[in-house]
Amino acid sequence: MTQLPASTDKKLGLVVDLDTCVGCQACVTACKGWNDQGYGVPLSDQDPYGADPSGTFLNRVHSYAVQPAEGAAQTVTFPRSCLHCEDAPCVTVCPTGASYKRSEDGIVLVNEDACIGCGLCAWACPYGARELDLAAGVMKKCTLCVDRIYNENLPEEDREPACVRTCPTGARHFGDFADPQSKVSRLSAERGGYALMPEMGTKPVNRYLPPRKKDRPQEASLLAPLLDIKATGFAGWLDRILGKI
Amino acid sequence: MTHQPKLDLSPEVSEEIRKTTCYMCACRCGINVHLKEGRVSYIEGNRDHPINKGVLCAKGASGIMQVTAPSRLRAPLRRVGPRGSGAFEEITWEEALQTAVDWMKPLREAAPEKLAFFTGRDQSQSFTGWWAQAFGTPNYAAHGGFCSVNMAAGGIYTIGGAFWEFGQPDWERTKLFILFGVAEDHDSNPIKIGLGKLKARGARVIGVNPIRTGYNAVADDWYGITPGTDGLLILSLIHCLLEAGKVDLTYLAQFTNAPLLVVEEGPEKGLILRNAESQPFVIDRRTGMPAPWDGKGVEPDLGAVWQGNRTVFQHMAERYLSPDHAPEAVADRCGIPAARIRGLAAELARVAFDEAIELPQPWTDFRGNAHASMPGRPVSFHAMRGISAHANGFQTARALHLLQIVLGTVEVPGGYRLKPPYPKPMEAHPTPHFVTAPGKPLSGPHLGYVRGPENLALKEDGSPARIDKAFTWENPFSAHGLMHMLIPNAHAGDPYRIDTLFLYMANMAWNSSMNSAKVMEMLTDRGEDGEYVIPRIIYSDAYASEMVAYADLILPDTTYLERHDCISLLDRPISEPDAAGDSIRWPVVEPDRDVRPFQSVLLDLGARLGLAPMVNADGSPKYADYADYIVNHIRRPGVGPLIGFRGDGTAEGRGEANPDQLARYIENGGFYQAHVPEEGAFYKPWNTAYQDWAVATSFYESPQPYLFSIWSEPMRKFQMAAEGLGPYRPPEHLRDQLRQAMDPLPSWYSPYPEDGYKVHALTQRPMDMYHSWGSQNAWLRQIRGRNYLYVPTKIWVAEGFREGDYARVTSANGEIVVPVAHMAALNENTVWTWNAIGKRKAAWALDEGASEATTGFLLNHLISELRPGPGRVANSDPVTGQAAWFDLRVKIERVGPRDRAEPAFPPIPRVVPMGRERA
Repeated sequence: MTQLPASTDKKLGLVVDLDTCVGCQACVTACKGWNDQGYGVPLSDQDPYGADPSGTFLNRVHSYAVQPAEGAAQTVTFPRSCLHCEDAPCVTVCPTGASYKRSEDGIVLVNEDACIGCGLCAWACPYGARELDLAAGVMKKCTLCVDRIYNENLPEEDREPACVRTCPTGARHFGDFADPQSKVSRLSAERGGYALMPEMGTKPVNRYLPPRKKDRPQEASLLAPLLDIKATGFAGWLDRILGKI
Repeated sequence: MTHQPKLDLSPEVSEEIRKTTCYMCACRCGINVHLKEGRVSYIEGNRDHPINKGVLCAKGASGIMQVTAPSRLRAPLRRVGPRGSGAFEEITWEEALQTAVDWMKPLREAAPEKLAFFTGRDQSQSFTGWWAQAFGTPNYAAHGGFCSVNMAAGGIYTIGGAFWEFGQPDWERTKLFILFGVAEDHDSNPIKIGLGKLKARGARVIGVNPIRTGYNAVADDWYGITPGTDGLLILSLIHCLLEAGKVDLTYLAQFTNAPLLVVEEGPEKGLILRNAESQPFVIDRRTGMPAPWDGKGVEPDLGAVWQGNRTVFQHMAERYLSPDHAPEAVADRCGIPAARIRGLAAELARVAFDEAIELPQPWTDFRGNAHASMPGRPVSFHAMRGISAHANGFQTARALHLLQIVLGTVEVPGGYRLKPPYPKPMEAHPTPHFVTAPGKPLSGPHLGYVRGPENLALKEDGSPARIDKAFTWENPFSAHGLMHMLIPNAHAGDPYRIDTLFLYMANMAWNSSMNSAKVMEMLTDRGEDGEYVIPRIIYSDAYASEMVAYADLILPDTTYLERHDCISLLDRPISEPDAAGDSIRWPVVEPDRDVRPFQSVLLDLGARLGLAPMVNADGSPKYADYADYIVNHIRRPGVGPLIGFRGDGTAEGRGEANPDQLARYIENGGFYQAHVPEEGAFYKPWNTAYQDWAVATSFYESPQPYLFSIWSEPMRKFQMAAEGLGPYRPPEHLRDQLRQAMDPLPSWYSPYPEDGYKVHALTQRPMDMYHSWGSQNAWLRQIRGRNYLYVPTKIWVAEGFREGDYARVTSANGEIVVPVAHMAALNENTVWTWNAIGKRKAAWALDEGASEATTGFLLNHLISELRPGPGRVANSDPVTGQAAWFDLRVKIERVGPRDRAEPAFPPIPRVVPMGRERA
C-alpha cells in the first residue's frame, strides 16, 4: 500500500480538445518515439513484423461512433493516457511503493527499480492508462514527459510533453491546473472542460473539452430570388442583376 | 508519505541534431533528426520550418522505424529465374549499371520510345523529366495520372493554380471553410494546422464527404454526399447564388473572362471573339464600345452584346439559372435535401458578402489602376482526390473553382491564396513534346498544357505517340500522363510494343494499379516465342515492395535520411502564400547497405549513355552525384534547382551556382524562403508588385497577368472538333464523349455506366499511413494493421450482417471476400475501406501470417483499368486521363464469419529476410 501526498504544489496535466482532435495519431507515435529513448526502459514491441504485433504505448487514440437523438451519426476520436489523478488508485494499490505521485507537481510516475510488474496498478486504473512492458516486465505509463518539461538541455519552448509539441491541430495543451490563470485552467473553464468518469472518485487532473454542437445549420434566412425569372425571362434577370432596372 | 526517487530532470537529449526534410509522405515537413552515436535516436518537427512549424504527424514521428525497417533492400539484384519467382542474385553496382546501359543504349540509338521511364511518388520530376528528355523517349511521366491530375489541371486551366502546392485557404482570416472529399493525405500537416487555427477562433468548418471520419468528424456540419455528384451540388449552389444575385460582379468583370464575348454563330462558334489584332476585347460600360481587356480605367460590361455576340457572363448565367440546376432537381441524385443545398448557398452568400473584410493595403493592378485597399470575402475551400478521382473529376474541379470565382474569393483576404510560383496561367506552361529521333534528345519537356487539338501527341498517322496515350483524343489534357495505363498498354502492344520498363518508387504490381491481379499476369506473360511480352523491367526502390519480385534488375535506393533530395521551385516546392520556398534532404546518416541514391544512379547512367547534358566535352561525367547537380545544374541562365543562397550567397532566385549552397541550406534548417512583398500578398495574378517580384525571383521572364477562365477556349476547341467544326477531327467513337466532357463551361455528367451495380465503394487514406509504406513500420502497423469494409446502417441491416462477418463484394470486374464493420456516419449507398492496408503475403519483410496479408484487402481487384465497351478505353477521366478510382460500384452480400480475405495470392518470394526484432 502506497500513500498519496496530501496535496501537491502544482497540478500538471493536459487539456485535450475533442472538438479539434481529428484522430491523426501524431501524439501516439511522438510519445512512443520520445519515451522509447527517454525516462525508464524503452517501450518494447513484440513480434513487430509478425502476425500479431503488439507493443507498449503510453497514449492511444480511439474512435467512437455517436448517434445523437436527432440528426446524422457522428464520429468522435478520443486520445487516452494517464490523467494524473489526485486520488490515484494505481498508487495506493502498489505493494512496493513503485507507483507514486510527485508532491511538487502531481505527476504520477513509476519507479521502475522498485516495480515488480505485478500489474495491480493497471487493474486498479479505471482508465486503462497503464501498460506492462513485456520485455522489461515493468509498468509503463505517461510521465507527462517529466524528462522534457524541466529539461535545461531543451530550449524553453520545447519544455512540454512530446504529444503536445507535435499535435498538428493544437488539440493538446499542457499546464498547471492549480493556477486558475494558467492557459489550461482558462481553456477548461471557457469550453466546459470535464473530468473523465468523475463517479470513480479518482479526481483526474486532465480535462477534455467536449465537441461543440454539430449539424446545426446556422440561422440564415434562405436566399430570396432577385425576381421571378420565369416571368421576366433571362433578360429580365440580367437587367436586374446589372442594375439596369 | 512514500519516498520519492530523485530524478534526472535534465538528461542529455542527443549528441547532435541534423535538420532535414521528412519523406514519410509527400508533405515535406522539416524535421530535427536527433543522433546518438551516429544512429537516429529521435525525430521531431522543426519549429522554424514553413510547412509544419514544429508539429509532426504520426508517420513523421515514426521515421526512425522506416530507416531501420527490415524491408530495406541491401544490394543490386539481377533476376536469374523466371520473372516473379524471386530468384535473384546479388550483383555489384558496376554490373548493375553496365547491364542497364547494355539494355538502354541500343534502344536510344534505334528507337528511344522503346524505353518507358515512369516514376512514382518521388518529388524530383524536374530532374527525372530532364533525364528522360535527354534520353529522347516520349514515354515519361510521374504518378499524377493515377493521383490527382484532375485537381491540378482543373485548377490550372481555370484559375492558374490549384490546391496543395499551388494554393491554400487564408487560414488566418477565413470565417467559413468547406472541405470536399478526402484530404487527410494531401497536404497533411498544413491542413491540420489550418483546421486548428479555425477551431481555435471558432470559425466554421463544413465537410462534404460520403464518409464522416477525420476532418469531417470535427466539421461543424456534414453533407454526406453521394460519390461522384459533387459537381452537381456545386453547380446547384451557383444556381442559388445567381438566382439571388449573390455573385461578385466587380470581381467577375475585372479579373475573369466573364466580360469577354463568345462567338455566337459561324465556323468559330464558341471561341472568344477577337479583334483585328487577334486580341480578345470587352465592351466598356462608359462608352458602349470595344476596349482592350487590359486597358486602364476600362469598365467591362458583363451584359454587353456586340454584333450579336454575348458575354461569357451571360452564357454562364443562363446555363446555371436553368431549372436543371435547381436544388430540387439535383437533391435525390446528390443524396442531400434541397433545403440543405439552399441553406448552404445562403451561408456562403452571408459570409462572402455580409461578413466581407478589408485589408488597409494599397496596391496597383496590371491595368495601372490604383486600389486603396484589399477587400476580402472570407469563404474558402479545399479538395483533393475525393472529387478528382472520378471520370467527371476535371469538370468538378472546374466547377469548384467557378464557385470560388463567383463568390470573389480567389486571391483575396479570407479566401483562397495561391503560392509561388503560382499564379501561373495555362499559357505560361509548355505544350507537350513527343517527337523522337534515334540518338537524339526530345525537343522539349514531355508534359505540358494542351491549347487545342494541334498540340495532341499524335503521330502523323493519328496514332498515339506515347505508350500511355496521354495527350490524345481519349484524354487530351493529360498533363501528368497515365501511369496506370503503362503496363496494360505495354502488354497489349497498344499503341505499340516497348522493350524496357524503367520504374522508380511505384508499387505497380499491387496497390498502385487497377486490376492488380491482372497486372501481375501481364508482367509475367510470355508471347508465342516464349519471351516476356514486356521484355525488360528495371526497378528502383528502397524497400521490398510487391513490385520488386517482378523486375529483372533492381537498383536499390537509399532511405530518405541517407540521401540528397531537392524540393524545387522547378517542380513541387514548399511555398506558402507569403513566400516562395524550397528545401533539401541531405544524408544525416550513412547507409549501412550496398545501396545508392536513385538520382545519383540516374546521373551515372546518363553519363554512361553519353547523354549530352550529363557529360563534359571529353565524355567524362559532368556531375559527381545528385548533390553536385542540385548545386551546379543551370536550367535557364541564372536559374537552378534551388533559389536560395545563389551567387556569392546573397542572391535569391537568380544567380550563378554557389559551391557553398548546400552548406548554407543545412545551416538554415534545410530550407529557404523568399518573401512576397506585402503589397503583393493578395490579388497576385493582377497585382503589379507581385508580378514584378515573381519576375525578379525567377518564376516568370516577364509579368504574366491573366484573366480566370470561366469559359475555357481550349476545351471548346475540342468540342468544336467533335461537332465537325475547325480543321481537326476526332475518331468517330470518341465524338460523343468529347462533346460532353469538353464543355467550355463547368458541367456535370454521370461517371457511372448503367450496369446494375448500385453501391458506391471508396477508399480513404488514413492520416497515419502513407500508401503501402506504413506496413513495414513497426509502430504504424500496430495502429492500423487491419482494414474492414465499412458498411452503412441501411445495407448492414438489409443484409443481416453481424460482427465478425465477411461479405462478398462484386463488381463488373471481379469479386473479393472481405471483413465488414458497421458504420453509421456514412452515406447510405456507400461502403469504404482504408487504402493500401492489404499486402501480398511475405512482401515488405512481413510474416506471411501478418494481418495485412491475411484479412487485409485491396479494392483494386474490383476496378478495371478499361471502361466497359468496345476498344481499349482507359477507365479514366476523358479530359485528363485521371484514374477513376472512385467510380467503383459494387454489389455486396453476407457470407458469414471467415478468417481470411479473398483473393488470397501465394506468398511473394522474399528478396530480404523476414523482419524479426525491431531496431
